[in-house]
Amino acid sequence: MSLKISRRTFIKGSIAAAGTVVAGTGISGPDFAAAGPLSDEKQEPLSTLLDIRKCIGCEECVHACREVNAAKYPEPRKPFPKMYPKTVPVQDWSEKRDVTDRLTPYNWIFIQHASVTHNGEKMELTIPRRCMHCDNPPCVKLCPWGAAKQEKNGLSRIDADLCLGGSKCKNVCPWSIPERQTGVGLYLDLLPALAGNGVMYKCDRCYNRLEKDELPACIEACPENVQSIGPRSEILEQAHSLAKEINGYVYGEHENGGTNTIYVSPVPFDQLNAAIEKGKGKPHLAYTKNMMADGTNLSRAMLIAPLAGLAAAFGKFYLKSKEDK
Amino acid sequence: MKATGKTRSYGYAIVLFLITLSGFGQMPIFGRYYIASVPGLGWLGEFYTTHVLHYAAAIALIALAVYVLFDFVMNGVGLKRLTTSGYFKTGIISGLIISGCLMVVKNFPGIYWSHTTIIVLDLTHLSLCMALLMLSLYTLVMKKKWIE
Repeated sequence: MSLKISRRTFIKGSIAAAGTVVAGTGISGPDFAAAGPLSDEKQEPLSTLLDIRKCIGCEECVHACREVNAAKYPEPRKPFPKMYPKTVPVQDWSEKRDVTDRLTPYNWIFIQHASVTHNGEKMELTIPRRCMHCDNPPCVKLCPWGAAKQEKNGLSRIDADLCLGGSKCKNVCPWSIPERQTGVGLYLDLLPALAGNGVMYKCDRCYNRLEKDELPACIEACPENVQSIGPRSEILEQAHSLAKEINGYVYGEHENGGTNTIYVSPVPFDQLNAAIEKGKGKPHLAYTKNMMADGTNLSRAMLIAPLAGLAAAFGKFYLKSKEDK
Repeated sequence: MKATGKTRSYGYAIVLFLITLSGFGQMPIFGRYYIASVPGLGWLGEFYTTHVLHYAAAIALIALAVYVLFDFVMNGVGLKRLTTSGYFKTGIISGLIISGCLMVVKNFPGIYWSHTTIIVLDLTHLSLCMALLMLSLYTLVMKKKWIE
């Protein structure tokens, strides 16, 4: 499916989006951050800003996401093929499609709840959670098969037609976001008994809506305008300005080396992280280091490797010449 | 065999072993087939560990390849003395280094390549690896040398 998305289509969508952004009046719903032309080759990624003070936990975003993305949800073929070894886990959410209190292959955004006391004030906060859309997403970069992709507008997504469901993306994601559905996808046509286990699903930030100059469903549906979207630098500027104004805190700017999902909260995130329910399908809010940094640093050493080889060869040649004399 | 030749051969064998093991570790197979459950092999199921090891082994392979190339050139061995299997192995290793370097570039922040490009790159790298393993096994069994 993704292979059919041409560069022309992408740019066309971006131009349209840019027009709307610049005009600032063509989009109903939440504020679109002021932006430069999105069609520009040098256009920076788009980020979203989530002002969690505004979230009332109504789940409108959850329901809008489910409605808009329903066509992308898995329809597994049953009975599932036997997999070897027999202990390979079958993950079937197809009978639990109504679950909305965690991430599943059928629920790509959910609301986390936190009861906290900050500066003597007791607060009940609700936080929409979905994929963070990292700057350098490990799910995309470390997928062994190229089934995940990052687009220039900052979103990362998994192609359901290509994914084999090995779950490496979930394993390397600092928030363990992608969720697997067994019995669907390309692996069924390859070696279902021996390799693969379905397809991994997660928020794709409504890439197909963005292409058509439409907002992601969760942003558009929110009655409280919790989220806004725009170029990363402008979103960060807004986030810091808002954090300063409310004496609040920012999350997502530096986590995993930077993400395109920026939260602003009146409560420190370590306090929120302690208060939320975490576990399977329920990501944390803790600081996470840049998981790709070690590889990026080592790749610099790769530039020195040829010089080291050359120096060793010259050294040997020099010693041999000296011996010959 | 001279001491430097032996060191080079052992170095190549160790690098080839580590780079292949860590390379296969990029696929989620060691966990699925419980190899990572064998005491002492748990690290094979840790993707970031095998990722870093693969990069480190690649650095050693590139350094070794450049060393061997210039050693040949400076000592006047020349490519003409390469055996047929030596030619094939040289070509495959060159392909692995080139495709591997492109995959390193792919992993940098701000690099947006298409599914097709990434899949072609992944399959090329994997196919070349399999070809090198099979050819290395053949040359080992048949006692074929790199140079005449």
